[in-house]
Amino acid sequence: MIEVKKLIKRFGLKTILRGMDFSVEEGEFVALIGPNGAGKSTFLRILASLTRPTLGKVSVAGYSLPKESAEVRHELGVVSHLPLLYVDLTAEENLKFYGKMYNLPDLTTRTNEVLEMVGLTARRGDLVRTYSRGMQQRLAIGRAVLHDPSVMLFDEPYTGLDQDASAMLDDVLRTVAARGRTVVMTSHDLARTEDLATRFDVLSRGKIAASATKKDFGNGNLLSFYKDVLAEGKKQ
Amino acid sequence: MKKEKRKSNYLRAIGAIAWKDLAAELRSRELLSGMLVFSLLVILIFNFALELDAKTRTSVTAGVLWVTFVFAGTLGLNRSMAIEKDRGCLDGLLLAPVDRSAIYFGKVISNLAFMIIVEIIILPTYSFLYNINLFQPGLLLVILLGSIGYTAVGTLLSAMSVQTRTRDVMLPILLFPIIVPVLIAAVKASNGYLQGLPTDQILPWINLLIVYDVIFIAISFMVFDYIVEE
Repeated sequence: MIEVKKLIKRFGLKTILRGMDFSVEEGEFVALIGPNGAGKSTFLRILASLTRPTLGKVSVAGYSLPKESAEVRHELGVVSHLPLLYVDLTAEENLKFYGKMYNLPDLTTRTNEVLEMVGLTARRGDLVRTYSRGMQQRLAIGRAVLHDPSVMLFDEPYTGLDQDASAMLDDVLRTVAARGRTVVMTSHDLARTEDLATRFDVLSRGKIAASATKKDFGNGNLLSFYKDVLAEGKKQ
Repeated sequence: MKKEKRKSNYLRAIGAIAWKDLAAELRSRELLSGMLVFSLLVILIFNFALELDAKTRTSVTAGVLWVTFVFAGTLGLNRSMAIEKDRGCLDGLLLAPVDRSAIYFGKVISNLAFMIIVEIIILPTYSFLYNINLFQPGLLLVILLGSIGYTAVGTLLSAMSVQTRTRDVMLPILLFPIIVPVLIAAVKASNGYLQGLPTDQILPWINLLIVYDVIFIAISFMVFDYIVEE
Protein backbone atom coordinates (compact mmCIF):
# COMPACT_ATOMS: atom_id res chain seq x y z
CA MET A 1 0.00 0.00 0.00
CA ILE A 2 2.90 2.30 0.84
CA GLU A 3 6.29 1.82 -0.77
CA VAL A 4 9.26 4.07 -0.03
CA LYS A 5 12.75 3.47 -1.44
CA LYS A 6 15.97 5.37 -0.72
CA LEU A 7 14.05 8.47 0.37
CA ILE A 8 16.17 11.56 0.99
CA LYS A 9 14.77 14.84 2.24
CA ARG A 10 16.88 17.94 2.65
CA PHE A 11 15.89 21.38 3.92
CA GLY A 12 18.69 23.61 2.66
CA LEU A 13 21.92 22.09 3.94
CA LYS A 14 20.19 19.99 6.60
CA THR A 15 19.42 16.39 5.69
CA ILE A 16 16.38 15.05 7.56
CA LEU A 17 15.82 11.67 5.87
CA ARG A 18 18.90 9.76 4.70
CA GLY A 19 17.95 7.08 2.21
CA MET A 20 14.95 5.73 4.11
CA ASP A 21 13.27 2.46 3.03
CA PHE A 22 9.78 1.71 4.29
CA SER A 23 6.80 -0.34 3.20
CA VAL A 24 3.33 -1.05 4.56
CA GLU A 25 0.93 -3.78 3.47
CA GLU A 26 -2.79 -3.19 3.04
CA GLY A 27 -4.65 -3.22 6.39
CA GLU A 28 -1.51 -2.94 8.52
CA PHE A 29 -1.35 -0.53 11.48
CA VAL A 30 2.25 0.67 11.67
CA ALA A 31 3.56 2.82 14.49
CA LEU A 32 6.52 4.98 13.59
CA ILE A 33 8.39 5.83 16.76
CA GLY A 34 11.58 7.76 17.30
CA PRO A 35 13.15 10.65 19.17
CA ASN A 36 12.33 14.31 18.47
CA GLY A 37 13.93 15.49 15.25
CA ALA A 38 14.22 11.98 13.80
CA GLY A 39 12.13 13.04 10.79
CA LYS A 40 8.79 11.35 11.60
CA SER A 41 6.60 14.36 10.85
CA THR A 42 8.61 15.25 7.74
CA PHE A 43 8.15 11.69 6.50
CA LEU A 44 4.38 11.81 7.05
CA ARG A 45 4.25 15.18 5.28
CA ILE A 46 5.97 13.63 2.28
CA LEU A 47 3.46 10.74 2.24
CA ALA A 48 0.65 13.31 2.47
CA SER A 49 2.12 15.23 -0.52
CA LEU A 50 2.50 18.35 1.64
CA THR A 51 6.21 18.45 0.94
CA ARG A 52 8.27 17.04 -1.93
CA PRO A 53 10.94 14.38 -1.55
CA THR A 54 14.44 15.54 -2.52
CA LEU A 55 15.38 12.11 -3.91
CA GLY A 56 13.96 8.60 -3.83
CA LYS A 57 10.78 6.79 -4.77
CA VAL A 58 7.51 7.16 -2.88
CA SER A 59 4.24 5.50 -3.82
CA VAL A 60 0.95 5.39 -1.94
CA ALA A 61 -1.97 3.17 -2.99
CA GLY A 62 -0.23 2.52 -6.31
CA TYR A 63 0.27 6.19 -7.17
CA SER A 64 3.70 7.77 -7.21
CA LEU A 65 4.62 11.04 -5.53
CA PRO A 66 4.91 13.88 -6.33
CA LYS A 67 3.67 13.14 -9.88
CA GLU A 68 0.24 11.75 -8.97
CA SER A 69 -0.30 13.75 -5.81
CA ALA A 70 -3.99 14.51 -6.45
CA GLU A 71 -4.73 10.77 -6.77
CA VAL A 72 -2.74 10.06 -3.60
CA ARG A 73 -4.62 12.74 -1.68
CA HIS A 74 -7.88 11.07 -2.69
CA GLU A 75 -6.75 7.88 -0.92
CA LEU A 76 -5.42 9.64 2.20
CA GLY A 77 -6.87 10.80 5.50
CA VAL A 78 -4.52 12.82 7.69
CA VAL A 79 -4.81 13.68 11.39
CA SER A 80 -2.11 15.76 13.05
CA HIS A 81 -1.78 17.39 16.48
CA LEU A 82 -3.40 20.47 14.90
CA PRO A 83 -7.11 19.85 14.22
CA LEU A 84 -7.18 21.52 10.74
CA LEU A 85 -10.64 22.86 11.59
CA TYR A 86 -12.21 26.29 11.31
CA VAL A 87 -13.20 27.48 14.76
CA ASP A 88 -15.78 29.96 13.49
CA LEU A 89 -17.73 27.25 11.70
CA THR A 90 -19.85 24.56 13.35
CA ALA A 91 -18.84 20.89 13.31
CA GLU A 92 -21.41 20.21 10.61
CA GLU A 93 -20.27 23.18 8.50
CA ASN A 94 -16.64 22.07 8.80
CA LEU A 95 -17.47 18.57 7.59
CA LYS A 96 -19.66 19.86 4.77
CA PHE A 97 -16.93 22.25 3.70
CA TYR A 98 -14.33 19.47 3.52
CA GLY A 99 -16.92 17.25 1.84
CA LYS A 100 -17.23 19.82 -0.93
CA MET A 101 -13.44 19.97 -1.25
CA TYR A 102 -13.49 16.17 -1.78
CA ASN A 103 -16.53 16.49 -4.05
CA LEU A 104 -18.61 13.98 -2.05
CA PRO A 105 -22.05 13.31 -3.56
CA ASP A 106 -24.48 12.95 -0.63
CA LEU A 107 -23.00 15.35 1.88
CA THR A 108 -25.81 15.40 4.42
CA THR A 109 -25.96 11.61 4.83
CA ARG A 110 -22.18 11.26 5.01
CA THR A 111 -21.87 14.14 7.51
CA ASN A 112 -24.50 12.51 9.74
CA GLU A 113 -22.68 9.15 9.61
CA VAL A 114 -19.34 10.68 10.51
CA LEU A 115 -20.75 12.81 13.34
CA GLU A 116 -22.36 9.66 14.73
CA MET A 117 -19.09 7.75 14.46
CA VAL A 118 -17.10 10.34 16.42
CA GLY A 119 -19.91 10.89 18.92
CA LEU A 120 -20.60 14.55 18.16
CA THR A 121 -24.14 14.42 16.80
CA ALA A 122 -25.55 16.31 19.78
CA ARG A 123 -23.03 19.15 19.35
CA ARG A 124 -23.18 19.30 15.54
CA GLY A 125 -24.54 22.86 15.47
CA ASP A 126 -22.03 24.33 17.91
CA LEU A 127 -19.08 26.42 16.82
CA VAL A 128 -15.82 24.47 16.96
CA ARG A 129 -14.29 27.21 19.14
CA THR A 130 -16.61 26.04 21.96
CA TYR A 131 -15.26 22.45 21.75
CA SER A 132 -12.73 20.96 24.16
CA ARG A 133 -9.39 19.80 22.75
CA GLY A 134 -10.57 16.19 22.85
CA MET A 135 -13.77 16.97 20.95
CA GLN A 136 -11.80 18.92 18.35
CA GLN A 137 -9.51 15.95 17.86
CA ARG A 138 -12.47 13.60 17.43
CA LEU A 139 -13.93 15.95 14.86
CA ALA A 140 -10.49 16.10 13.19
CA ILE A 141 -10.65 12.32 12.81
CA GLY A 142 -14.16 12.69 11.42
CA ARG A 143 -12.82 15.18 8.88
CA ALA A 144 -10.04 12.78 7.92
CA VAL A 145 -12.33 9.76 7.34
CA LEU A 146 -15.10 11.77 5.65
CA HIS A 147 -14.12 10.63 2.13
CA ASP A 148 -13.52 7.03 3.31
CA PRO A 149 -9.78 6.92 2.56
CA SER A 150 -7.89 3.65 2.29
CA VAL A 151 -4.77 5.02 4.05
CA MET A 152 -4.74 7.01 7.29
CA LEU A 153 -1.79 9.00 8.61
CA PHE A 154 -1.78 10.09 12.26
CA ASP A 155 0.94 12.51 13.36
CA GLU A 156 1.10 12.71 17.17
CA PRO A 157 -2.70 12.57 17.57
CA TYR A 158 -2.48 12.44 21.40
CA THR A 159 -0.64 15.76 21.80
CA GLY A 160 -2.43 18.01 24.28
CA LEU A 161 -5.15 15.48 25.21
CA ASP A 162 -6.02 14.58 28.79
CA GLN A 163 -6.50 10.95 29.92
CA ASP A 164 -10.24 10.82 29.17
CA ALA A 165 -9.86 12.38 25.77
CA SER A 166 -6.94 10.04 24.96
CA ALA A 167 -9.02 6.99 25.92
CA MET A 168 -11.85 8.24 23.73
CA LEU A 169 -9.41 8.75 20.88
CA ASP A 170 -8.21 5.16 21.33
CA ASP A 171 -11.75 3.92 20.66
CA VAL A 172 -12.09 6.07 17.55
CA LEU A 173 -8.68 4.87 16.28
CA ARG A 174 -9.69 1.25 16.83
CA THR A 175 -12.90 1.85 14.86
CA VAL A 176 -10.89 3.45 12.05
CA ALA A 177 -8.41 0.55 11.95
CA ALA A 178 -11.11 -2.13 12.25
CA ARG A 179 -12.53 -1.04 8.91
CA GLY A 180 -9.49 -2.49 7.14
CA ARG A 181 -7.71 0.79 6.56
CA THR A 182 -3.95 0.98 6.35
CA VAL A 183 -2.69 3.17 9.19
CA VAL A 184 0.66 4.85 9.87
CA MET A 185 0.89 6.66 13.19
CA THR A 186 3.67 8.57 14.92
CA SER A 187 3.46 8.99 18.67
CA HIS A 188 5.57 9.44 21.78
CA ASP A 189 2.94 7.63 23.85
CA LEU A 190 4.45 4.15 23.65
CA ALA A 191 1.92 2.45 25.94
CA ARG A 192 -1.01 3.54 23.78
CA THR A 193 0.89 2.84 20.59
CA GLU A 194 1.68 -0.71 21.70
CA ASP A 195 -2.01 -1.36 22.30
CA LEU A 196 -3.10 -0.16 18.87
CA ALA A 197 -0.43 -0.98 16.29
CA THR A 198 0.48 -4.29 14.69
CA ARG A 199 4.01 -3.32 13.66
CA PHE A 200 6.56 -0.92 15.16
CA ASP A 201 9.27 0.86 13.17
CA VAL A 202 11.92 2.93 14.92
CA LEU A 203 13.03 5.94 12.94
CA SER A 204 16.38 7.24 14.02
CA ARG A 205 18.82 9.59 12.26
CA GLY A 206 16.72 9.70 9.12
CA LYS A 207 16.47 5.93 8.59
CA ILE A 208 14.43 2.98 9.84
CA ALA A 209 16.74 1.56 12.50
CA ALA A 210 14.55 -1.43 13.39
CA SER A 211 11.19 -2.98 12.63
CA ALA A 212 9.33 -5.47 14.82
CA THR A 213 5.95 -6.88 15.76
CA LYS A 214 4.68 -7.61 19.29
CA LYS A 215 5.66 -11.26 18.78
CA ASP A 216 9.29 -10.19 18.26
CA PHE A 217 9.74 -8.27 21.50
CA GLY A 218 6.98 -9.72 23.68
CA ASN A 219 3.88 -8.08 25.12
CA GLY A 220 4.53 -4.94 27.17
CA ASN A 221 8.16 -4.66 26.06
CA LEU A 222 7.92 -1.93 23.42
CA LEU A 223 9.71 0.60 25.62
CA SER A 224 12.72 -1.67 26.24
CA PHE A 225 12.82 -2.62 22.54
CA TYR A 226 12.79 1.06 21.63
CA LYS A 227 15.52 1.94 24.14
CA ASP A 228 17.70 -0.94 22.93
CA VAL A 229 17.40 0.18 19.32
CA LEU A 230 18.34 3.77 20.18
CA ALA A 231 21.26 2.63 22.37
CA GLU A 232 22.50 0.42 19.55
CA GLY A 233 22.28 3.37 17.18
CA LYS A 234 24.38 5.55 19.50
CA LYS A 235 27.11 2.92 19.70
CA GLN A 236 27.50 2.83 15.90
CA MET B 1 -16.99 13.56 -19.41
CA LYS B 2 -14.08 13.14 -16.99
CA LYS B 3 -12.86 16.62 -17.92
CA GLU B 4 -16.33 18.02 -17.24
CA LYS B 5 -16.40 16.34 -13.82
CA ARG B 6 -12.95 17.67 -12.95
CA LYS B 7 -14.08 21.16 -13.97
CA SER B 8 -17.16 20.95 -11.75
CA ASN B 9 -15.02 19.67 -8.81
CA TYR B 10 -12.70 22.59 -9.36
CA LEU B 11 -15.50 25.16 -9.38
CA ARG B 12 -17.14 23.51 -6.36
CA ALA B 13 -13.88 23.77 -4.40
CA ILE B 14 -13.45 27.45 -5.32
CA GLY B 15 -17.01 28.17 -4.22
CA ALA B 16 -16.57 26.20 -0.98
CA ILE B 17 -13.44 28.12 0.02
CA ALA B 18 -15.00 31.50 -0.73
CA TRP B 19 -18.20 30.54 1.14
CA LYS B 20 -16.21 29.24 4.12
CA ASP B 21 -14.21 32.48 4.42
CA LEU B 22 -17.31 34.67 4.19
CA ALA B 23 -19.33 32.52 6.64
CA ALA B 24 -16.50 32.46 9.19
CA GLU B 25 -15.95 36.21 8.84
CA LEU B 26 -19.65 36.91 9.24
CA ARG B 27 -19.40 35.29 12.70
CA SER B 28 -16.03 36.54 13.92
CA ARG B 29 -15.84 39.91 12.10
CA GLU B 30 -12.19 40.09 13.15
CA LEU B 31 -10.85 40.74 9.67
CA LEU B 32 -13.44 43.20 8.36
CA SER B 33 -13.64 45.23 11.56
CA GLY B 34 -9.88 45.74 11.56
CA MET B 35 -9.84 46.77 7.91
CA LEU B 36 -12.79 49.11 8.36
CA VAL B 37 -11.59 50.88 11.50
CA PHE B 38 -8.17 51.34 9.96
CA SER B 39 -9.61 52.77 6.70
CA LEU B 40 -11.94 55.15 8.51
CA LEU B 41 -9.09 56.40 10.68
CA VAL B 42 -6.88 57.01 7.65
CA ILE B 43 -9.45 59.09 5.80
CA LEU B 44 -10.34 60.99 8.98
CA ILE B 45 -6.68 61.80 9.66
CA PHE B 46 -6.18 62.95 6.07
CA ASN B 47 -9.34 65.05 6.35
CA PHE B 48 -8.01 66.94 9.35
CA ALA B 49 -4.37 67.00 8.25
CA LEU B 50 -5.03 68.36 4.75
CA GLU B 51 -7.21 71.41 5.05
CA LEU B 52 -7.52 71.90 1.32
CA ASP B 53 -9.49 74.07 -1.04
CA ALA B 54 -11.97 72.38 -3.38
CA LYS B 55 -9.59 72.17 -6.37
CA THR B 56 -6.64 70.69 -4.47
CA ARG B 57 -8.98 68.32 -2.69
CA THR B 58 -10.01 66.81 -6.02
CA SER B 59 -6.40 66.32 -7.04
CA VAL B 60 -5.37 64.47 -3.86
CA THR B 61 -8.50 62.29 -3.60
CA ALA B 62 -7.24 59.47 -5.82
CA GLY B 63 -3.98 59.20 -3.87
CA VAL B 64 -5.67 59.24 -0.45
CA LEU B 65 -8.26 56.67 -1.53
CA TRP B 66 -5.72 54.21 -2.92
CA VAL B 67 -3.36 54.57 0.05
CA THR B 68 -6.35 53.74 2.27
CA PHE B 69 -7.41 50.73 0.20
CA VAL B 70 -3.90 49.35 -0.11
CA PHE B 71 -3.01 49.60 3.59
CA ALA B 72 -6.37 48.23 4.71
CA GLY B 73 -6.08 45.48 2.10
CA THR B 74 -2.67 44.45 3.45
CA LEU B 75 -4.20 43.99 6.91
CA GLY B 76 -6.93 41.82 5.43
CA LEU B 77 -4.60 39.71 3.28
CA ASN B 78 -2.28 39.00 6.19
CA ARG B 79 -5.13 37.97 8.47
CA SER B 80 -6.91 35.90 5.85
CA MET B 81 -3.88 33.67 5.26
CA ALA B 82 -2.78 33.66 8.93
CA ILE B 83 -6.15 32.12 9.89
CA GLU B 84 -5.40 29.24 7.53
CA LYS B 85 -1.83 28.78 8.70
CA ASP B 86 -2.17 29.10 12.49
CA ARG B 87 -4.60 26.20 12.95
CA GLY B 88 -3.05 24.08 10.23
CA CYS B 89 -6.10 24.63 8.01
CA LEU B 90 -3.85 25.41 5.06
CA ASP B 91 -2.66 21.80 5.26
CA GLY B 92 -6.31 20.73 5.36
CA LEU B 93 -6.90 22.60 2.09
CA LEU B 94 -3.71 21.28 0.51
CA LEU B 95 -4.76 17.71 1.33
CA ALA B 96 -7.90 18.01 -0.79
CA PRO B 97 -7.65 16.18 -4.13
CA VAL B 98 -8.22 19.25 -6.28
CA ASP B 99 -5.81 21.34 -8.30
CA ARG B 100 -4.26 23.67 -5.75
CA SER B 101 -4.94 26.73 -7.88
CA ALA B 102 -8.58 26.28 -6.73
CA ILE B 103 -7.40 27.31 -3.26
CA TYR B 104 -5.80 30.41 -4.76
CA PHE B 105 -8.93 31.43 -6.66
CA GLY B 106 -11.18 30.75 -3.65
CA LYS B 107 -9.00 32.96 -1.47
CA VAL B 108 -8.84 35.68 -4.17
CA ILE B 109 -12.64 35.77 -4.34
CA SER B 110 -13.06 36.07 -0.57
CA ASN B 111 -10.24 38.64 -0.24
CA LEU B 112 -11.76 40.65 -3.07
CA ALA B 113 -15.18 40.47 -1.40
CA PHE B 114 -13.71 41.83 1.87
CA MET B 115 -11.98 44.63 0.02
CA ILE B 116 -15.15 45.56 -1.88
CA ILE B 117 -17.17 45.61 1.37
CA VAL B 118 -14.62 48.04 2.85
CA GLU B 119 -14.73 50.18 -0.31
CA ILE B 120 -18.55 50.26 -0.25
CA ILE B 121 -18.38 51.80 3.23
CA ILE B 122 -15.37 54.04 2.64
CA LEU B 123 -16.56 55.67 -0.60
CA PRO B 124 -19.72 57.35 0.79
CA THR B 125 -17.89 58.32 3.98
CA TYR B 126 -15.13 59.93 1.94
CA SER B 127 -17.67 61.67 -0.32
CA PHE B 128 -19.38 63.09 2.73
CA LEU B 129 -16.19 64.24 4.50
CA TYR B 130 -14.50 65.75 1.44
CA ASN B 131 -17.65 66.83 -0.35
CA ILE B 132 -16.66 65.05 -3.58
CA ASN B 133 -18.87 62.87 -5.79
CA LEU B 134 -17.11 59.51 -6.08
CA PHE B 135 -20.05 57.66 -7.57
CA GLN B 136 -19.04 57.81 -11.22
CA PRO B 137 -19.29 54.55 -13.21
CA GLY B 138 -15.79 54.99 -14.69
CA LEU B 139 -14.21 55.56 -11.28
CA LEU B 140 -16.03 52.56 -9.81
CA LEU B 141 -14.72 50.41 -12.69
CA VAL B 142 -11.15 51.58 -11.97
CA ILE B 143 -11.57 50.77 -8.28
CA LEU B 144 -12.83 47.28 -9.17
CA LEU B 145 -9.98 46.61 -11.62
CA GLY B 146 -7.38 47.95 -9.19
CA SER B 147 -8.80 45.82 -6.37
CA ILE B 148 -8.71 42.69 -8.57
CA GLY B 149 -5.03 43.30 -9.43
CA TYR B 150 -4.19 44.04 -5.82
CA THR B 151 -5.87 40.93 -4.39
CA ALA B 152 -4.54 38.71 -7.21
CA VAL B 153 -0.94 39.57 -6.33
CA GLY B 154 -1.60 40.02 -2.62
CA THR B 155 -3.17 36.58 -2.17
CA LEU B 156 -0.21 34.90 -3.86
CA LEU B 157 2.36 36.82 -1.82
CA SER B 158 0.47 36.38 1.45
CA ALA B 159 0.62 32.60 0.87
CA MET B 160 4.38 33.05 0.59
CA SER B 161 4.87 35.47 3.50
CA VAL B 162 2.68 33.48 5.91
CA GLN B 163 5.33 30.74 5.90
CA THR B 164 7.89 33.16 7.38
CA ARG B 165 8.30 34.19 11.00
CA THR B 166 8.10 37.91 10.13
CA ARG B 167 4.94 37.56 8.03
CA ASP B 168 3.37 40.88 9.12
CA VAL B 169 6.41 42.82 7.91
CA MET B 170 7.21 40.53 5.02
CA LEU B 171 3.93 40.96 3.12
CA PRO B 172 4.17 44.74 2.54
CA ILE B 173 7.89 44.42 1.75
CA LEU B 174 7.14 41.85 -0.95
CA LEU B 175 3.85 43.29 -2.13
CA PHE B 176 4.37 47.02 -2.47
CA PRO B 177 7.21 46.96 -5.04
CA ILE B 178 5.29 44.49 -7.23
CA ILE B 179 2.03 46.38 -6.92
CA VAL B 180 3.56 49.72 -8.05
CA PRO B 181 2.33 49.44 -11.70
CA VAL B 182 -1.27 48.72 -10.63
CA LEU B 183 -1.16 51.53 -8.08
CA ILE B 184 0.18 54.09 -10.56
CA ALA B 185 -2.39 53.05 -13.18
CA ALA B 186 -5.24 53.07 -10.63
CA VAL B 187 -4.31 56.48 -9.21
CA LYS B 188 -3.85 58.04 -12.66
CA ALA B 189 -7.12 56.62 -13.99
CA SER B 190 -9.05 57.59 -10.83
CA ASN B 191 -7.57 61.08 -10.99
CA GLY B 192 -8.57 61.33 -14.63
CA TYR B 193 -12.22 60.63 -13.81
CA LEU B 194 -12.21 62.99 -10.82
CA GLN B 195 -10.65 65.80 -12.89
CA GLY B 196 -13.12 65.15 -15.71
CA LEU B 197 -10.42 64.34 -18.32
CA PRO B 198 -11.52 62.95 -21.71
CA THR B 199 -11.80 59.16 -21.89
CA ASP B 200 -9.00 58.76 -24.45
CA GLN B 201 -6.55 60.12 -21.86
CA ILE B 202 -7.75 57.68 -19.19
CA LEU B 203 -8.07 54.60 -21.40
CA PRO B 204 -4.33 53.71 -21.53
CA TRP B 205 -4.28 53.46 -17.72
CA ILE B 206 -7.38 51.25 -17.70
CA ASN B 207 -5.78 49.04 -20.36
CA LEU B 208 -2.65 48.78 -18.21
CA LEU B 209 -4.81 47.72 -15.26
CA ILE B 210 -6.55 45.03 -17.32
CA VAL B 211 -3.23 43.70 -18.70
CA TYR B 212 -1.71 43.68 -15.22
CA ASP B 213 -4.70 41.79 -13.80
CA VAL B 214 -4.58 39.15 -16.55
CA ILE B 215 -0.79 38.66 -16.33
CA PHE B 216 -0.71 38.32 -12.57
CA ILE B 217 -3.70 36.01 -12.35
CA ALA B 218 -2.04 33.78 -14.99
CA ILE B 219 1.32 33.79 -13.17
CA SER B 220 -0.33 33.07 -9.82
CA PHE B 221 -2.31 30.19 -11.35
CA MET B 222 0.97 28.64 -12.52
CA VAL B 223 3.12 29.13 -9.42
CA PHE B 224 0.71 28.83 -6.48
CA ASP B 225 1.25 25.07 -6.11
CA TYR B 226 5.02 25.53 -5.73
CA ILE B 227 4.62 28.41 -3.29
CA VAL B 228 2.36 26.60 -0.84
CA GLU B 229 4.31 23.35 -0.92
CA GLU B 230 7.33 23.40 1.38
